[in-house]
Amino acid sequence: MASFWRNTRFWRFAGQAISVVLIVAALGFLGNNLFGNLRQLGIQFGFNFLKSQAGFTIGDIPFAYKPSDSYNLALLVGLLNSLRVISVGIILATAIGVTAGIARLSDNWLLRKLAIVYVEGLRNAPLLLQLFFWYFAVFLGLPSPENAVSFGFISFSNRGIGLLGLQLSPEFSALLAGLTIYTGTFIAEIVRGGIQSVPRGQWEAARSLGLKPGLLMRLVIFPQALRAILPPLSNQYLNLAKNSSLAIAVGYPDLYAIASTTFNQTGRAVEVMILICATYLTICLVISLLMNVYNRSVQLVER
Amino acid sequence: MLIAENVHKWYGKFQVLRGVSLTVSPGEVVVIMGPSGSGKSTFIRTFNALEDYQQGRIIIDGTELSADLRNIDTIRQEVGMVFQQFNLFPHLTVLQNVTLAPTYVRKWSKAKAEEVALQLLERVGILEQAQKFPGQLSGGQQQRVAIARALAMQPKIMLFDEPTSALDPEMVREVLDVMRSLAESGMTMIVVTHEVGFAREVADRIILMDEGLLVESASPIEFFQHPKEERTRKFLSQIL
Repeated sequence: MASFWRNTRFWRFAGQAISVVLIVAALGFLGNNLFGNLRQLGIQFGFNFLKSQAGFTIGDIPFAYKPSDSYNLALLVGLLNSLRVISVGIILATAIGVTAGIARLSDNWLLRKLAIVYVEGLRNAPLLLQLFFWYFAVFLGLPSPENAVSFGFISFSNRGIGLLGLQLSPEFSALLAGLTIYTGTFIAEIVRGGIQSVPRGQWEAARSLGLKPGLLMRLVIFPQALRAILPPLSNQYLNLAKNSSLAIAVGYPDLYAIASTTFNQTGRAVEVMILICATYLTICLVISLLMNVYNRSVQLVER
Repeated sequence: MLIAENVHKWYGKFQVLRGVSLTVSPGEVVVIMGPSGSGKSTFIRTFNALEDYQQGRIIIDGTELSADLRNIDTIRQEVGMVFQQFNLFPHLTVLQNVTLAPTYVRKWSKAKAEEVALQLLERVGILEQAQKFPGQLSGGQQQRVAIARALAMQPKIMLFDEPTSALDPEMVREVLDVMRSLAESGMTMIVVTHEVGFAREVADRIILMDEGLLVESASPIEFFQHPKEERTRKFLSQIL
């Protein structure tokens, strides 16, 4: 019988086991250290403070929240505000990105150049700067609601965007504009790369069958490009979700902004940090999961 | 059916086609042979506007191939093409590959498109694979699906661009058999190929191209047994 230390199956198992032991030991060491230090400083650890009265007002509220409500409710407002900007942001950024990505490959010279200017101009400027621009220079610089700039069902004023009777605050509007237009540049490049990864023979076969450009893109090229687009696209969605925490810069009360007010008022740094991390982690894992499911559905059947 | 007059094409400074003319009558099978780089593939690819050309005229079934998009659309519907690399759509099933263009270009109902597709798949001997994806088929089967896909548009002319060159030797036969029966059914065909046997048995006319020029055009017997041009004799001595 061969000795077990020369057996590949044994080493595969042993490698896993050793990793688990090391990780558990490292986490135990860090946790022990943290709680030791907290005890030494006389700081208690616990989440009971969340039930006490928040006492601050919030500008953008998705439901009837008042300052006498608990931190729990205040944080829920923040979470819903984050989810609102993330979900709408992902949809709009995708629409902008796909349009610009296809435009970069257009036969139309002007369209192609416009797309290049958009992508190269805006992906290379810091997002924080762009948010300031959208908030202070664009939305706060717009006329008052009486003189709003109106295009049929949508109107723009210094109170934000009016859309079919819905009023979006200037903070939300600026954050949404900044996030979507910034993320859209990266998505445009991903879409362009994906389309270019489809072999030339596919274009020729589709053309020789008489498919016109729109149908050719929709039925033949884009479905194949998706395979190359989806994995990096997930990254951009995750970036958008995490970048939404820059909301605080334009005063939009997202999860991070509310959590940071909570921390200022209660001094519960560790608990608040754990809450923020856990929440963003959950949001991002859900996005990843959904994208992975979608990604699996567009894979080719090879055998 | 097809008239090409004095077609010239340049890639930058390099001239690929130096004034090639060809007339093909309905039902005729023309085989184009020639060394690689002779411009034969480029020549047939101008017939459905996959390549443009700078001088000359191409008229297919009465429609002149010009910069007019409507003419290009019309011609592409009347001209079927089979490629060396098959170019099936890998994300669609065999049946979907065949029904795609009839459904979206010819605007047939799904039922009609599928009925025609299944008949064609039976004709090329691949009916039982209709629900599979191209990646699950052998090269020979894929090329037969590609032929069915082109035929589904009910074209008036079929172009074959080296249809057996990417196949393993034992699969060449099954594709050539399908092409032979297509020729016997009266289809107008222009075939770029190195398959001497096919050219000899199926072609009505064989053309030799070299360096962007049409060197010789003759019936198979004359072409193989009494070639007029020195260049043809040299070419034949290399491939036979």
